[in-house]
Amino acid sequence: MSAVASATAAPDQAPTRRLQTHRVILVLVALALIGMAIAFGRWDWLPRYGPRLWSGLLMTLAMLAGSACLGFLLAVPLGLVQVTGPVWLKVPAQAFCTVIRGTPLLLQLWLLYYGLGSLFPSIPEIRTSFLWPYLREAWPYGLAALTISFAAYEGEVMRGAFAGVPAGELQAARAFGMSRGQTLRRIWLPRALHRALPTLSGETVLQLKSTPLVATITVVDLYGVISRVRQETYLVYEPLLLLAAIYMILTAILVLVFRFFENRIPTRGH
Amino acid sequence: MGQHEQAVSIQNLHKRFGDLEVLKGVSLEAREGDVIAVIGGSGSGKSTLLRCINMLELPTAGTIAVHGEVIAMKSDGRGGQQPADRKQVQRLRARLGMVFQNFNLWQHMTVLQNVIEAPIQVLGVPRDQAVETGEALLRRVGLFDKRDTYPAFMSGGQQQRAAIARALAIDPLVMLFDEPTSALDPELVGEVLAIISGLAAERRTMILVTHEMKFARNVASHVIYLHGGEIEEEGPPEAIFEAPQSGRLKQFISSVH
Repeated sequence: MSAVASATAAPDQAPTRRLQTHRVILVLVALALIGMAIAFGRWDWLPRYGPRLWSGLLMTLAMLAGSACLGFLLAVPLGLVQVTGPVWLKVPAQAFCTVIRGTPLLLQLWLLYYGLGSLFPSIPEIRTSFLWPYLREAWPYGLAALTISFAAYEGEVMRGAFAGVPAGELQAARAFGMSRGQTLRRIWLPRALHRALPTLSGETVLQLKSTPLVATITVVDLYGVISRVRQETYLVYEPLLLLAAIYMILTAILVLVFRFFENRIPTRGH
Repeated sequence: MGQHEQAVSIQNLHKRFGDLEVLKGVSLEAREGDVIAVIGGSGSGKSTLLRCINMLELPTAGTIAVHGEVIAMKSDGRGGQQPADRKQVQRLRARLGMVFQNFNLWQHMTVLQNVIEAPIQVLGVPRDQAVETGEALLRRVGLFDKRDTYPAFMSGGQQQRAAIARALAIDPLVMLFDEPTSALDPELVGEVLAIISGLAAERRTMILVTHEMKFARNVASHVIYLHGGEIEEEGPPEAIFEAPQSGRLKQFISSVH
């Protein structure tokens, strides 16, 4: 991670950071810990659970990617109307962001699953609709809760990002004859996105680590599989260590992907 | 109209911000080839006047015509007015090359991308043609080697030269300069003024709000002195700077020298 960080940093920074003594020591400590975990832990269960771990990982990734993409698509208009109005859109958007950000995700998840999820079967129209095969499952409620939560947080991030684009650049767009749609598409949104990317990167990492909550409503994600391993093998540490390692690797990948996009447009170093 | 066609015509323009009347009936006529310098103290309304021409500020009353075409206005229901036809305003704006005090380059685009953006997006020029024109303009303002640089990595003078190239890229009928050197460090003013002088020398139509009196005197064909939202005095630069009539203009000229 740190080696990559310094390699992709702005070119005017010193490129020799990667071999600092304390970093070498930390890497050695980490390797020693991993080596000890492998040498002294019990890992014979791993091959048996391989396929289930894989499908759990895919579920976790699907939850993250689905909720982040859908949530972001909602976040853009949520942020925009809070900056531009009109009032009858701005107020509900503010209320949505405030309420969702002000309540625990676990509570929203349970309200959706145990609330709506138990209400739907009592409505015949829903039972006969084409959506019923999905609404009987748990994952749509998990995806919905994660999406709503992400939309609310990122709506707030995008509000700040839209508001932070200098008015002069938008005036320039208008002065050259761009329509409102062109100004939004070509100037305002890309400019806001670029400003928001570092924050969105962190928020997506947080979102990754919110996904295990869906295990509480019977969605079998990575965490759900690991819980099953612990119940069946009576092992405490080894499954959790594996879980931690996988989330760390996913986080590292996310950070690198976002950093790639951040670096596509260089910012004056601060 | 004749051979010197009307480029911009402003009739009896009023602009009010709340209780403050910034422009109190200003009229101005720019014919093709004119270089009109608008001078005046701060708060005289000169920037507002310029920004009204392309409707970045909406005039409270009065008419503006670009190339003989009057911008249609309608009442906004609050005692002011707003454009009746947004498409018309967009079309006429694309004929006016605006250069701002603070450059206002789009920071997420390289210099070349800034220059080709409006031609491609607004005028529908094919990309390779826009790039060709854009690179020629950047060569002209001395920034060809900076074409792939982002604005944040350039000096104020370079950014303003890029902004001038961006405005020229739409091949405007009139260039509008809103205090183009006021935000620059003193040592960078010269490089920007040199480019504007070059444009004046080739008889490009320009309306220029400026604090640079010597420059206005050298490049302008007509000078307007604005005071308190009204034209206090106007005329050829020799008359304005060497034989000012009004006491306020005399005082203004002696105070800026």
